[in-house]
Amino acid sequence: MTEHRHPNYRKIYFTLLVLLAVSVAGPFVGIKWVTLITAFGVAVVKANMVIQNFMHLKWEKRIAKYVLAVSLLLMALFWGGVAPDVMKHAGLRWTNDAAMAATARGIGPAHTETSAESHDAAPVAEHESVPAEPAGEEPPPVP
Amino acid sequence: MSKPLATTRSATGIPTGRLAVWWVLASEVVIFGGLLASYLMHRVGHPEWAEAAAATNTWIGAFNTFVLLTSSFTAVLAHQAAERGDGKKAARFLTYTIGGAATFIGVKSFEWATEIGHGFTITSNGFWSFYYTAAGLHALHVIAGAIIMGFVARDAARNRELHRVELIGIYWHFVDVVWIFLFPLLYIAK
Repeated sequence: MTEHRHPNYRKIYFTLLVLLAVSVAGPFVGIKWVTLITAFGVAVVKANMVIQNFMHLKWEKRIAKYVLAVSLLLMALFWGGVAPDVMKHAGLRWTNDAAMAATARGIGPAHTETSAESHDAAPVAEHESVPAEPAGEEPPPVP
Repeated sequence: MSKPLATTRSATGIPTGRLAVWWVLASEVVIFGGLLASYLMHRVGHPEWAEAAAATNTWIGAFNTFVLLTSSFTAVLAHQAAERGDGKKAARFLTYTIGGAATFIGVKSFEWATEIGHGFTITSNGFWSFYYTAAGLHALHVIAGAIIMGFVARDAARNRELHRVELIGIYWHFVDVVWIFLFPLLYIAK
């Protein structure tokens, strides 16, 4: 077994609890950017503390870091390729009518499983209509 | 008992078992990363999901974050004990971690039962689909981790295979890290 350096785990644990309290308290300030920082900024800090100190990545050989970095890179590639089409509902030569309609319609009240309208909303929202393209392409969805 | 060759050699300088855990986690990063990235991009594209997100209970999410952070703390203390050759102590700390896992799942069951009772199901809309898929996949990892930890703790109590305490610990901390990101995504971003 490889001997590790063991940091003061108790101190790290209590710091993590303080950071958890900060993320919960953030939204009470009522300012959007404060909530974003306390929620997601603090999450990154907490995750990094766990990864470095509890998972001991700080003392691990570089190859393990490369393996993890590659998987993060693949994730970034996925994000770069897909996110622009999902986050926006219109571009230079396309519009996502169904997604726009879903956004305009809002989410509505709590649904029961028998609510057919709510079942249809999500899948339709993912279809795209491309009016400028020739016939033979996927037909535009029914809003 | 003779061991397979792969468990005794180390081409990278990292013991083979630990390297295997890193490989597992690399694939987990892509699984959870892809799921969470998909959720995030849809959430940005659908501001109306905020209305559904407002129905999640931040306090329950925070309590479960506390439970997982604590279980990670006991898991790393188990690792420390194992490295000092104290298998009994390592097993005891692993048992505490299993207790954390059971608490987490118990709280989650209560939470889901309440939400489903209010009519928020996996088919209600896009937000709830992501909510149940991401939290459900995470909960399955918690259950799997707790079961494996039971076997590792049983061996550790007899001072056997103590290096496995570290391996299950690394996996457990990863499950904790996933929740650290799920918490703000599903419970705080209203």
